[in-house]
Amino acid sequence: MVCFLANLSLGSVAIPIKDVFASLTGGEVSKSSWEFIISDYRLPKAITAIITGAGLAVSGLLMQTLFRNPLAGPFVLGISSGASFGVALYILGGTALGISAGVLGGKWGLIASASLGSFGVLLIVLAVASRIRDTMALLIIGLMVGSLTSAVVSILAYFSKAEELQRYVFWSFGSLGDLSWQGVSILTICFTVGILISIFCLKSLNAFLLGDAYAKTLGIKHSRARLLIIIATSLLAGSITAFAGPIAFVGLAVPHLVRQVIPTSNHIILLPSVILGGAILMLVCDTIAQIPHSEFTLPINAITAIVGAPVVIWLLVRKKKLMF
Amino acid sequence: MSNEKQHSVLFTNRLSVGYSGSSSDVVVASDISIELKKSQLVGLIGINGSGKSTLLRTIAGLQEPLSGTIEIAGKSITNYTPDILAQSLSVVLTGQAISKNLTVLELVALGRQPYTNWLGTLTDNDKSIIKYALEATETLEFKDRKCYELSDGQLQRVLIARALAQDTQLILLDEPMTHLDLHHKASILQLLKSIAHEQGKTVLFSTHDIEYALQLCDKVVVMQEGLARFDTPQQLIEDGVIDGLFPSKTVLFDRESIRFSIDK
Repeated sequence: MVCFLANLSLGSVAIPIKDVFASLTGGEVSKSSWEFIISDYRLPKAITAIITGAGLAVSGLLMQTLFRNPLAGPFVLGISSGASFGVALYILGGTALGISAGVLGGKWGLIASASLGSFGVLLIVLAVASRIRDTMALLIIGLMVGSLTSAVVSILAYFSKAEELQRYVFWSFGSLGDLSWQGVSILTICFTVGILISIFCLKSLNAFLLGDAYAKTLGIKHSRARLLIIIATSLLAGSITAFAGPIAFVGLAVPHLVRQVIPTSNHIILLPSVILGGAILMLVCDTIAQIPHSEFTLPINAITAIVGAPVVIWLLVRKKKLMF
Repeated sequence: MSNEKQHSVLFTNRLSVGYSGSSSDVVVASDISIELKKSQLVGLIGINGSGKSTLLRTIAGLQEPLSGTIEIAGKSITNYTPDILAQSLSVVLTGQAISKNLTVLELVALGRQPYTNWLGTLTDNDKSIIKYALEATETLEFKDRKCYELSDGQLQRVLIARALAQDTQLILLDEPMTHLDLHHKASILQLLKSIAHEQGKTVLFSTHDIEYALQLCDKVVVMQEGLARFDTPQQLIEDGVIDGLFPSKTVLFDRESIRFSIDK
């Protein structure tokens, strides 16, 4: 809550907390431009930050449990690369493949292509996962699929028009601020559905902590639960990546940070904690990114990596090993 | 149905286990016909690769039988739904990538999953069964410890506690005594024996500790050269099945003392 208000208040134009409150509650605001900034720019951005942080953190948690690997996350397993691939095909593929990109217009086309891309990569990773029991091999395969898709993206970029390329590059920087209220509501719908599926899977997730064999003998409908978890992950990571760009590290780092604070593996407690932790981290990162009292807004992707990477390194050094 | 059949907890008829390949099936062991009754402690012995784990995994429903039937409490396992099967059969497996971040209590509580609602909420009845499982395995004192803080022997007891919490008639264990020293091996064996004889469960466990299995078990399954023999330890020894388990050039079996010795 404090983070939420601070995020609304700070930026290139500092708005006093008192006026933030007034604007939110429909009261009198000292300057009308402030009210406009709050309601049409900072509020949707803050909501996007909350959804992005929470959603990525949840998909990280789901992946870490499903693959029983502390390094798993939407980024490492190539899910984000898959989303990038989908978006690249959508934005850049038009020229390269000779088809008009405007067929599926608007945000829905972007979100559909990103979701399909991430879902596709996850299906590949899972198809391999069912054959290969070694989770380390799986991570390497996720990374390989990631490099493969980025290679295809480069080829697409080579053949595409300058303005399309620019659109893609700006998307890949990650941004929380480009969303209209319509975009925010689409994102909210995807987020809500993803979280609802995750809540439905809570019991299976706890069983997966014991491994596939134990989960099966506990009466879990294994393949159905696995598919649901993957659908939830790709919906969350896919929609967020589509709207806000590929945002690194949040998915990997937040579940580990939360486990430091709350010593439990029970997903009924972990899931809401991770949602809260992810939202807070993202709001903080976004507040840093918009640099209070300056004209600049840094790419959010850079900030999450700058904040996230040292945290993971610090955890590894302190705990000697990461656990899922 | 005959009276004899009603008492059988696990019954297999001409069961064949292995892996179904794309071109042909790889049969690990075939013609396995065993019948386990209430309160029986049954050992499963055989050299490496004889199909002990494959048999246990097949009975547990983790892989499909190649042919033959498996019945639990007189009903074919193909007729069980996953949650009802989970209320009839529990397993203790080795080498599973379980989350070591779980506390002992959390891990044992997961055994109640087949009985809990969609969120896995524990009722008072569930909690008392969990407490009982912890007491029976003498793990109550470290119930709040994380699994990575436990020794191998302690972790094995906790995994057995989880199976007990699942409250099933049949418990399958895959090599529950590997990596344990003599003292802990003995204590796990005594625990399994009391689970079978005092709590009326049927316990089937695979082991390489053949001497102990022969001393303590009511019945023994010997898997050898793709086939299975099922009898009392005494009968198996008299029939010379145990003598033939290892090549006589390396290991000798003494029928009197039930001991193996290395040929000098």
